Amino acid sequence: MSRHRMKTVSYDDDDDYDDYEEDDGYASPDPEEQARLEQCIQDVLSQLRGGEPSVSASREEVTEALWHYYNDVTKSVNYIRGKKAKEVQKQPPKKGTVSSYPLPPSWSSACAVPFSAAEFFRDSPWLNVPEHRKADIIVEPLHPRLGLLGGAPEAGGKVSKLAALAAARKKKESEKVAASPSPVPTPKAEEQKPEEVGDNNNPASAPSRSLLERLSSSHNGRQLKPAEGGLGGLRALGKGSRMGGATAPTKKSSLEKEAEIRAQTKPGSVTQPAKGEEKETAVPQQQDEQQAPVVNMMASPSTFATIIVGDATRPVAAAQSSHLKVQSVDVMDIYGQDLTEAFDFAGPSPDDLVLNAQSSAKGFKSKQPASKSKKVDLTGGMNNLSVEEKVSIKSKNLDVLSEYKKVERKKAASFVVIGHVDAGKSTLMGRLLADLQAVDARTLEKYRREAEKIGKGSFALAWVLDQGSEERARGVTIDIATNKFETDKTAFTIVDAPGHRDFVPNMIAGASQADFAVLVIDASTGNFESGLKGQTKEHALLVRSMGVQKIVVAVNKMDTVEWDRERFEEIEQQISSFLTAAGFQPKNISFIPLSGFHGDNVTRRSEAPQAAWYQGRTLIEELDTSEPFSHALEKPLRMTIADVFRGGVQSPLSISGRIDAGSLQVGDQILIMPSGEKASIRSLEVDSAPADWAVAGQNIVLNLANIDPIHLRSGDVVCSPASPIQNLTSFTTKVLAFEHLMPMLVDIHRGRLHVPGRISRVVATLDKGSGAPVKKRPKIVAPGAVARIVVEMDQAVPLEAPARIVLRAGGNTVAAGLLES
Amino acid sequence: MRLVKNRIEPTGSGTVTLCPEEPEDMWHAYNLIRPGDLLKASAVRRVTTTQDTGSTSSLRVHLMLEIRVKNLDFDAQSSQLHVAGQIMNETQHTKIGQFHTLDLELNRNFTLEKEVGANGEGVGWDSIAVEMLKDAVDEGGKRRAEAVAVVMQEGLAHICFIGQFQTILKQKVEMSVPRKRSGGSDHDKGMTKFYQVTLDTLLRQLEFNTSTTSLTGNDPVKPILLASPGFVATGFQKHIQGVASTTMPALKRLLPSIVVVHSASGYLHSLSEVLQSPSVKTILADTKYARETRLMDDFLEQLRKETNRATYGMREVESAVDQGAVGRGGGILIISNRLFRSQEVAQRKRWVSLVDRVRDIEGGEVRILSSDHESGKRLDGLGGIAALTTFPLPDDEDFDSDEDNTDSPPVVTAGMVVSNGQSSAVY
Repeated sequence: MSRHRMKTVSYDDDDDYDDYEEDDGYASPDPEEQARLEQCIQDVLSQLRGGEPSVSASREEVTEALWHYYNDVTKSVNYIRGKKAKEVQKQPPKKGTVSSYPLPPSWSSACAVPFSAAEFFRDSPWLNVPEHRKADIIVEPLHPRLGLLGGAPEAGGKVSKLAALAAARKKKESEKVAASPSPVPTPKAEEQKPEEVGDNNNPASAPSRSLLERLSSSHNGRQLKPAEGGLGGLRALGKGSRMGGATAPTKKSSLEKEAEIRAQTKPGSVTQPAKGEEKETAVPQQQDEQQAPVVNMMASPSTFATIIVGDATRPVAAAQSSHLKVQSVDVMDIYGQDLTEAFDFAGPSPDDLVLNAQSSAKGFKSKQPASKSKKVDLTGGMNNLSVEEKVSIKSKNLDVLSEYKKVERKKAASFVVIGHVDAGKSTLMGRLLADLQAVDARTLEKYRREAEKIGKGSFALAWVLDQGSEERARGVTIDIATNKFETDKTAFTIVDAPGHRDFVPNMIAGASQADFAVLVIDASTGNFESGLKGQTKEHALLVRSMGVQKIVVAVNKMDTVEWDRERFEEIEQQISSFLTAAGFQPKNISFIPLSGFHGDNVTRRSEAPQAAWYQGRTLIEELDTSEPFSHALEKPLRMTIADVFRGGVQSPLSISGRIDAGSLQVGDQILIMPSGEKASIRSLEVDSAPADWAVAGQNIVLNLANIDPIHLRSGDVVCSPASPIQNLTSFTTKVLAFEHLMPMLVDIHRGRLHVPGRISRVVATLDKGSGAPVKKRPKIVAPGAVARIVVEMDQAVPLEAPARIVLRAGGNTVAAGLLES
Repeated sequence: MRLVKNRIEPTGSGTVTLCPEEPEDMWHAYNLIRPGDLLKASAVRRVTTTQDTGSTSSLRVHLMLEIRVKNLDFDAQSSQLHVAGQIMNETQHTKIGQFHTLDLELNRNFTLEKEVGANGEGVGWDSIAVEMLKDAVDEGGKRRAEAVAVVMQEGLAHICFIGQFQTILKQKVEMSVPRKRSGGSDHDKGMTKFYQVTLDTLLRQLEFNTSTTSLTGNDPVKPILLASPGFVATGFQKHIQGVASTTMPALKRLLPSIVVVHSASGYLHSLSEVLQSPSVKTILADTKYARETRLMDDFLEQLRKETNRATYGMREVESAVDQGAVGRGGGILIISNRLFRSQEVAQRKRWVSLVDRVRDIEGGEVRILSSDHESGKRLDGLGGIAALTTFPLPDDEDFDSDEDNTDSPPVVTAGMVVSNGQSSAVY
């Protein structure tokens, strides 16, 4: 109900407003009323002329008066007479003014001019109403009076500062016009000036001044400013030309021009708020009008109106007299806001700017477009706070390859740690990291305590890499973990792979990120043998078939066999023969007896007397001998996504992986396959440190923008949109069979990517050496044979030759090979 | 399926009236009805009549229509069979030769007529068709247990219903689970979410009543097999237990029927491993698909060990049969029923005669595998037909060269069916 009432009220307001507008413009077409009005006007005019003293008034003045007095002829006559009399009284003290107020002869002709708004408003009551009359004029205020603009009435003797400023401004404007024909300054303006300047310079003297006041005063200063630079500034030129145009024309044309201005100022309630301000300035303004009777009969639109309506109503201001220039203080420097500039509200409000800055800081997409070119100076500081819209990430357009060559860096290598389950891979790597201080002692101590609490004290070192809760509870590595450490020569990336046969897919993902491999073997009785049958063999074959050339065999748990040299040699002999058969060159195989748990021969030489027989390299020394590996930097970008995760508040969507080929930089567009979606790189990290670019071989984290996470899965391939990778549903591959191959269902693995598929056809078995077909269309391919097969998949998968793929079935690796087409 | 009326003549022609009673019967109907057969069933047909004034009115009429089958469309997901063909009987609303698509419905009789034409067109009720009919009406009355299997791995779960004759992938759950990272618990959170989504999906597919009142009710719950590599299935079981003890007590009814099995991967073809695991075998005992799975394993084992005593592929098997290798004393012909669904009459005849020959003349054993099962899928990979032979066949290559032209090579057909926007494969 109350809402309804409110609504009604507001409608009423509107009605009133409309009425007012209508009356104001005399738009009422009622002929009777018109006739009556005409009669009244004639009456008043005749009474004015006939009365003592004889006063001449324009038809418009009369009409206006009549309107205000509801067509009461007597009251109107009195009002006009009083007004005119006052004007006459005020003239004498003015000295040095060029012209006097008395109406020029053209007045009558002006009356003859067809009705114009300019005529009508020229001396409208709010411009030159006598002070004592003011209260009588009741024009329905549509909006609350802007009290802040008002101030104490002039009659109180002390003019409010704002009023004084406004008055001074008005005067200046009229002076500008007046001064152009005769540059004699008005004394009145001079006495006003010091006060104004003082106010501007000393805001403290007016502690209660509102911001608006200050703004208006600053505006005042600004108006003066262009003149300082003479006509050099473009704006000053514009003003000058406008001024020229304003002074030259005849009265009629200038009146018309003002009429236009008025008309533009008029719409809506614009002039209403200004009224309060202008009332105060009524008296000085009147003087101004008298000073410049021909050119500028009326005050230019108020500052407020100018601001609201825009540049078009910029006062026909003109060059200031020289003394004004001197005294004009660049208030811009103080408040930094130019309100004379039309404020079109195109830019965001200060509130918006703050909200934008806040929301973008929170990582949300800002809905507001960034501030446009027309910046408001006051808010310039806040503009700097706002974060760039995420949609457009500036690329630095670096030449990544030349950048890469410029940078002096340690050689980098990554290796994968493989071996049978419980061979001690994670523990060995934990030991390595702990001894190299890559993990601090406190964390280690914490792990040790927690591991003992759940009765797995011997797993404490492995916890450095086994971060998952399930991994810790079960004491088994499930997924690969990457970590890094540096020696004097090399920056290493460890990829700790799981040994359990169920997690071979994860191990394949890890091996695809590695340059060489560390094969960990459990030397203890029984475990070595079972491992050889199990994943020791499978892992070694897998890393070899994935292109790893160098392998370091860490014979672990030597302490459990009392550093038995014979045991070590037995293992060395068995493993090396197997590895040679698998295709590793003997020079790329090295053996180290060590104990990961105790740290013997890992970073320091074993102190155990039984181990004295071993004089070769320790593990860390062996790792350091690795040759630098070259990567395909020049090729188009390829990166297999290892993980998709939420990086944090600042980067809600991140992917990690190792660049297989090519390079990228911040701001690049990348294409994700098989979804075919594009994303842009917001930022990137190389080895957990922010960077601008990255090249093949580096393990990186990309923070993405402009893509939905559903298009990203681990195993997808990132490539450059210019040379995208193709999605295949079928391919031919040359494989080495580890088990019998026939048309069968298999899982296809390539790094993180693994999909179900099937061998649809066995094309031929091939000769191992020459690759020539031995037997076409064999029924079955025996283990150890090389064959060309056709593999089909249900879904399209990003693959391209020469990718190294692994085929698995039933939990076993059945074949590995090279994709041909 | 209930056999209402059986009028199969010794010549092979004749009619059969059947009443499908459960969704799987539609699958049987799909195998029984072949293009060229006459099918009579009740239908709803929209009839448009034009008045003299030119105004048209359409109304739906219930009719008994007989059509000559042209095409079959089987939606395994919802077990719906649509049979398209030309109308053969004149009614007041239809003319002979108009096309109609019959939608077979549960508990509505349909009559199927197969004819042997004078000049050999039409196959009639051949031995395979009769055998299928026996399977369909389940003469022995040995309805076997059904099971629900959830084959999963991190971020991927396949929920499938294992029926007697087909395995239906009901839904695939795929989620991106963040990998483990140092210091982050995203992985655990991701897994919990994945478990919850999988559980919700599973319950929806089971149409499981989750209200607490159902706790007292004792409608039977199918065995639920959870299979995965690693610890995913165990984790899922724990998750279900957790939910049962906290938010959803009705789940307690489900708990006893859950069996956790190991599988090599979360893909559907690991289902064979699931079905072979001892714990599943005890539940599902001697079911058709368990036998079929074992048969395929035996065959593949034979192929590995004694390559020459096993063969696969259409030409190879036919040649083996010609040599008399698939006969008494261990000769087994394994054939997928996909071959009998061939649209071409000649193709069907070819395989039916081969089956008849092995069984009746050679004295070998014939096993027809359902192509909608995991084992049938594996067989399809080998060309849909394979044989264990009684003696080693010479490793001949003479028909290699022309094979590409004459025969379709053993290509696995992907039984992909997409429905409701979810990509699902049907065995």
